[in-house]
Amino acid sequence: MFHRESGVFKTTYAGDMALYPLPIAKWTMVAIAAVFVVIVPLVVHEYYLSILNLIFIAIVGALGLNILVGYTGQISIGHGAFMSVGAYTAANLAVRLDLPFWLTLPAGGLMAALIGVIVGMPSLRIKGLYLAIATLAGQLIIEWTINHVPAISGGAQASIEVDRPSLFGFEFDTQGRLYFFLLFFAVLAIVATLNLVRSRIGRAFVAVRDQDIAAEIIGINIYRYKLLAFAISSFFAGVCGVLYTYYFGIANYEQFQIIVSIDYLAMIIIGGLGSVLGTIFGAIFITLLPIVIRIFMEEVGSLFFTAAQMANVISGLRLGVFGGLIIFFLIVEPEGLNRLWRNIRSYFRVWPFSY
Amino acid sequence: MSEDLEFAFALLLSGASIGLMYSLIALGFVLVYKATDAINFAQGEFVMLAGMIVVTVLGAEAPLIAAIVVVLLVMIGFGFGLEKVVLRPLLGRPVVAVIMATIGVAAVLRGLSPLVLGIETRALPLPIGDEPIAIGPASLPPIQVLGAVVAILFFIVFSWFFKKSRMGIAMRAVADNQQVAQAMGINVERYFAIAWAMAGIVSALGGVVWGAMLGVDVQLALVGLKVFPVVILGGLDSIGGALVGGLIIGIVESLAAGYLDPYVGGGTKDFAPYVLMILVLMIRPYGIFGRRQIERV
Repeated sequence: MFHRESGVFKTTYAGDMALYPLPIAKWTMVAIAAVFVVIVPLVVHEYYLSILNLIFIAIVGALGLNILVGYTGQISIGHGAFMSVGAYTAANLAVRLDLPFWLTLPAGGLMAALIGVIVGMPSLRIKGLYLAIATLAGQLIIEWTINHVPAISGGAQASIEVDRPSLFGFEFDTQGRLYFFLLFFAVLAIVATLNLVRSRIGRAFVAVRDQDIAAEIIGINIYRYKLLAFAISSFFAGVCGVLYTYYFGIANYEQFQIIVSIDYLAMIIIGGLGSVLGTIFGAIFITLLPIVIRIFMEEVGSLFFTAAQMANVISGLRLGVFGGLIIFFLIVEPEGLNRLWRNIRSYFRVWPFSY
Repeated sequence: MSEDLEFAFALLLSGASIGLMYSLIALGFVLVYKATDAINFAQGEFVMLAGMIVVTVLGAEAPLIAAIVVVLLVMIGFGFGLEKVVLRPLLGRPVVAVIMATIGVAAVLRGLSPLVLGIETRALPLPIGDEPIAIGPASLPPIQVLGAVVAILFFIVFSWFFKKSRMGIAMRAVADNQQVAQAMGINVERYFAIAWAMAGIVSALGGVVWGAMLGVDVQLALVGLKVFPVVILGGLDSIGGALVGGLIIGIVESLAAGYLDPYVGGGTKDFAPYVLMILVLMIRPYGIFGRRQIERV
């Protein structure tokens, strides 16, 4: 990731598809891993760890959405609803059957994948605008169902409290412990996505995105791959929802409303469609943005607003800045932060002797 | 008439008038789609913005007619500006990019306009009284009658506009084939801007009517979510379709609320239209009156 190469010397497809293009890339990976596993939890304050934890959760969800939107080219405005499916599945299993997290987590993901395939069904017949509207309907219908069926939502507040996850008697109950819990799943999601998109399936997704008719002609069963994309994407979303549930200790449909779907769309657009690294940038960016706005407003805004107005001002400003950034990146830099990162890298590739 | 029939009639009437008010908003969506092939996910936010502008002007002790003039002018300007700044650079980009850009516009409007124009819920009083108007055995609040009348008027005006006026015919030509239209000497970019400005006009009056009915705050934007069932049912590019789709959705909603709510404990009103929409998408995605030209996969 941080190495400088002097040119492109790949002679085989295997070399082009390798996870580590150069031996040094492997060592930077090891270094990054060491920083995150050993140094960060030792030196970083608990408050900042909690932000990192939110970023890890967001990475899982955003990777799922990027597989669908960025790699396969199918739009979905229902990502938040798939998260809620995973969250409520896991919460119900954990509370009613007393299952541990390593069973509820995949169960939540699988349930979300199932619902995702059902909602994605219209993508077999329609695309673009119509698919956007169909997934929007999916979001609203799922939200409504969870809110109105007490068997799922667990009563009037439509929220279920769950215990912290524990493994062999070790309970992940502090931010520092949750950090390792969430880091594990974020890394798992990143590695899974990296491997997925360089495999046969991932390249089929890209072919469907770029030109679906051509993809069908070269023997890709586009029905299968579109549904697969929906299933994988919703699986990630479901896992993300389960992680939110365990992180906050509560499953609540208000965490997964349509605005969340838009947050995640913003992450992948700003980070870069069809890029794993970009997704990570986007997740970091969108998670930090409201925190930065809040700090900024607390410093500057108290001159203009009363404390009572402040909450409204911050949430409004956050939404406005989100929307503005989506529009800005769509118009000015459709490839997102990932492209900026690549530009910086290619500038330094031959630095300081650029000619 | 027996009591059951009277209940059904009241539901039908109320549903039809609400439905016509839905079609008023859907009209803005259809106008833009018809002329520019762009999908406006911010239609509800347009309506919210218009409502907020009206109550803000009214709050400054201005007469209602001045408020309506101001909101019309502002929304026309807003339509022009939006097309120029956001939509024009996205010409020729995939449809997904346009969808996401309008979602971005929706987020900006929803986030910033309450900060500028006032956050609290405000009433938008219209000088039409509260006395329900009796129609047969049922009665309607005057605001719903007014909304229905405005929707029908708009329907007549726009039908005439697209069928007879020079500008409307040019706009249809642009919608049909941009290159040929350009070759015939039609300024395509100008008509794109005009289409967005027309959506602004429709949203301005939609904002007045809906604001008067529901009160003006951020929640007003949620009416926009009802636009999609309406336009999908009626056909995305059909003005008549927006009217008929609105009527059907309004009536379905009202009947569902009247007959199903007692069994499931409320809220079917927000649910039934989307189920109907999914069914339409599965069976007849181009809607009742829409062009059959849908890109299948």
